Amino acid sequence: MSNMLEVKNLSIQFGGLRAVDGLNMTIKEGQLYGLIGPNGAGKTTVFNMLTGVYKPTTGTILLDGQNITGKPAIYINRAGIARTFQNIRLFKQMSVLDNVKVGLHNHMHYTAIEGVLRLPRYFREEKRANEKAMELLKVFGLDGEASQLAANLPYGKQRKLEIARALATDPKLLLLDEPAAGMNPNETEELMKTIHFVRDEFRMTILLIEHDMKLVSGICEELTVLNFGQELAQGETSAVLNDPKVITAYLGE
Amino acid sequence: MTFLTHLFNGLTQGSIYAIIALGYTMVYGIAKMLNFAHGDIIMVGSYIIYTCMVSLNIPSVFSILIAMAFCTVLGIVTEKVAYRPLRGASSSLAVLITAIGVSYLLQNLALLIFKADPKQFSSVVSLGNISLFDGQLIIYGYMLVTIIVCVVVMVGLTLFVKKTKAGQAMQAVSEDRGAAQLMGINVNATIALTFAIGSALAAVAGALMCSASPTLTPYIGTMPGIKAFVAAVFGGIGSIPGAMLGGILIGIIEKISEAYISSQMADAIVFAVLIVVLLVKPAGLLGKNVQEKV
Repeated sequence: MSNMLEVKNLSIQFGGLRAVDGLNMTIKEGQLYGLIGPNGAGKTTVFNMLTGVYKPTTGTILLDGQNITGKPAIYINRAGIARTFQNIRLFKQMSVLDNVKVGLHNHMHYTAIEGVLRLPRYFREEKRANEKAMELLKVFGLDGEASQLAANLPYGKQRKLEIARALATDPKLLLLDEPAAGMNPNETEELMKTIHFVRDEFRMTILLIEHDMKLVSGICEELTVLNFGQELAQGETSAVLNDPKVITAYLGE
Repeated sequence: MTFLTHLFNGLTQGSIYAIIALGYTMVYGIAKMLNFAHGDIIMVGSYIIYTCMVSLNIPSVFSILIAMAFCTVLGIVTEKVAYRPLRGASSSLAVLITAIGVSYLLQNLALLIFKADPKQFSSVVSLGNISLFDGQLIIYGYMLVTIIVCVVVMVGLTLFVKKTKAGQAMQAVSEDRGAAQLMGINVNATIALTFAIGSALAAVAGALMCSASPTLTPYIGTMPGIKAFVAAVFGGIGSIPGAMLGGILIGIIEKISEAYISSQMADAIVFAVLIVVLLVKPAGLLGKNVQEKV
């Protein structure tokens, strides 16, 4: 299998703080990969560099062989990376369906003028987008709530909607930032099934940040552990989780 | 019957405020800035119409279209040159002050090009009048046109924002610019489109204003601009129906006060009403009261 994501010697400096220092990471196509580490280790910073929110100070990021280092966020999204957020960032005043349609924005082909004049292409493209969005919502069991405001969804469903919205942009690589945060064990169980399903059904490569060790050990095939911005351990999940260095970093001496 | 006449005057004036307020409120909602130069775009639009109609003898409809096109370009250019570079600035005051600067720049350019003496031209919209109740209530053609244009703009804009992908991109950018960008939305283009629409509407407002009072100076945009800003805040800034409602109410309050209380006091009354409304409903009539998270 080819490499979907190759991160080489990635670092970022904020003033005097080196938040991420010399990270190397390779994710193969179709892999479920975990990025873990104690709070403040720099995990979300890595996501922000991968998605173009931050420009890395050094290093390169290759997506499917294409160099996307330091490119603007919309370029990277179009190149094929989509993400969810640690603190849910849905468009809360828009309907569930419209949230997914925002994700479909670049896959709807009509101009603003055609939209105003309601030319045939407008109706054709809107219809196609609606169908596509409903399909995605059905996958996540949200089709019944399509017309509700996103703000009115229960927490677990908001997390799912974020994944649906990210998938709507048609990515090659999906980044999930703490998808199980704030979920109870039952919801986490269900989320694990959903993530597996997304990987198999959409043939997606998934990189996730997570603190819930049950989820990490349950679905991640490989892990990178970050501590104070540096790689602490890397490799196959069970080996990494039993590494004394990792246990020390999480639990202290 | 005189009350109805004043009401119609108010409705007409209010419709113009509403159209201007839509520009303010959309730019505020999406770009999160107060474009204090918005009123001066109206002035520029009016001068373009004047130049086209009086100097070049172009029919009024085409003159208005030319003015709309010109103002659209002007809106996009000012956004790109003056406001976009400041979007990342740490203080939102920077862009506010720049907007005031752009306002004076446009006024003084107009002063330089068209001189300070007021320009007169015949009404842009020349339609017959409707006489009702044996001539006791006369509705002028331009009044009807103004009110109809206002309704059409309102309905069109609402449909555009709710039903097209560009409109949805605007909503998304308005709610969370960062998240919208990460979903592949071109934030710069979306904001530029907002300025384009707002400025085109300002040109329309300019045409309607020139119909109501066909005297042109470089400062005609200032007061309507401020009143429309008041209207946008009054209705709930960021809200399209709010701008509409605010505009029409401000227009009616102004004209009724002029007629029944004192024409010198009318403006003071308008601003007093604003203060009272904001004391009672700080987010404006249709604005959402969002509790700050602590």
